[in-house]
Amino acid sequence: MNAVAFVHEQLTPKRDFPKFKAGDNVTVNYKIVEGNKERIQSFKGDVIKRQGEGSTQSFTVRKISDGVGVERTFPYFSPNIDSIVLNKKGKVRRSKLYFLRERSGKSARIKEKKRAAVVATAQ
Amino acid sequence: MKAIIGKKIGMTSIFSPDGKQTACTIIEAGPCVVTQVKTKETDGYDALQLAFGDKKEKHAPKAEINHFAKANTSAKKFVKEFRDYSIEKVLGEAVTVEIFTEGENVEVVGTTKGKGFQGVVKRHGFSGVGGASHGQHDRQRAPGSLGNSSDASRVMKGVRMAGRMGGDRVKMKGLKVLKIFADKNYILVSGSVPGHNGSIVLIQK
Repeated sequence: MNAVAFVHEQLTPKRDFPKFKAGDNVTVNYKIVEGNKERIQSFKGDVIKRQGEGSTQSFTVRKISDGVGVERTFPYFSPNIDSIVLNKKGKVRRSKLYFLRERSGKSARIKEKKRAAVVATAQ
Repeated sequence: MKAIIGKKIGMTSIFSPDGKQTACTIIEAGPCVVTQVKTKETDGYDALQLAFGDKKEKHAPKAEINHFAKANTSAKKFVKEFRDYSIEKVLGEAVTVEIFTEGENVEVVGTTKGKGFQGVVKRHGFSGVGGASHGQHDRQRAPGSLGNSSDASRVMKGVRMAGRMGGDRVKMKGLKVLKIFADKNYILVSGSVPGHNGSIVLIQK
């Protein structure tokens, strides 16, 4: 086995996140530390990209907050991610949805993949 | 000093329990073989000679093969001497990554990537001469003046100019050992390490 792949395998803890990809709507619950108190904050939006592989992979979530587009990139294996909830499967034709940045309102919506959602809930 | 010879594999990153992501370099270090033990009595100084990486016997001169035979080992690719080795080792003994512990600070020595013939902007960090407008041209990456005029009438020694860049021996200090995979001989050190993937590096303390 390739050495980098071996190290990645050793470094990545098992995370039971739902399968998601670009276009899906997710809620990321992540831990933040205030002073010495820890609490969980959630960030809900559309995944606009998944990037990298192995233990260094990350994903970016975009949402519109008070009319302003906000994007946050999370390392997939960050111990600070508490959980990820898959809200909606999106129907998109690209893996990187950068075109959403130039759109707003109705045209920035992502169509829902109906059948996949039914399968996901059935499981 | 304690040291080991290794091969740079590549880079990745590692998370600390509090979620901080640190860039790190994977080095395949050792197992090295002690091929000669030098002592003050016989050689005038104390040192250990370590060898790393196998090579085919047909590519090694007889002198080398016989030298390695004294340590009961096959021909090796890379040999390096380390003075005043802090761990007692005898001829033919193996040196593995286990001489280091996680959390320890180490130095890594390597040869930087060759950059070829480079100008002063890249090589010495000059900012170039002049701007893009006001009728100027071809001066944006120029070195500017080389020194004084008639008093001296020569260019002083050591003036920084364009030339070959890279391929230098560089020592990175204060790198931390983040993780050791002893059975695979992998050692992860924080930050970057000079050289391209596959190049020989020395990890020492």
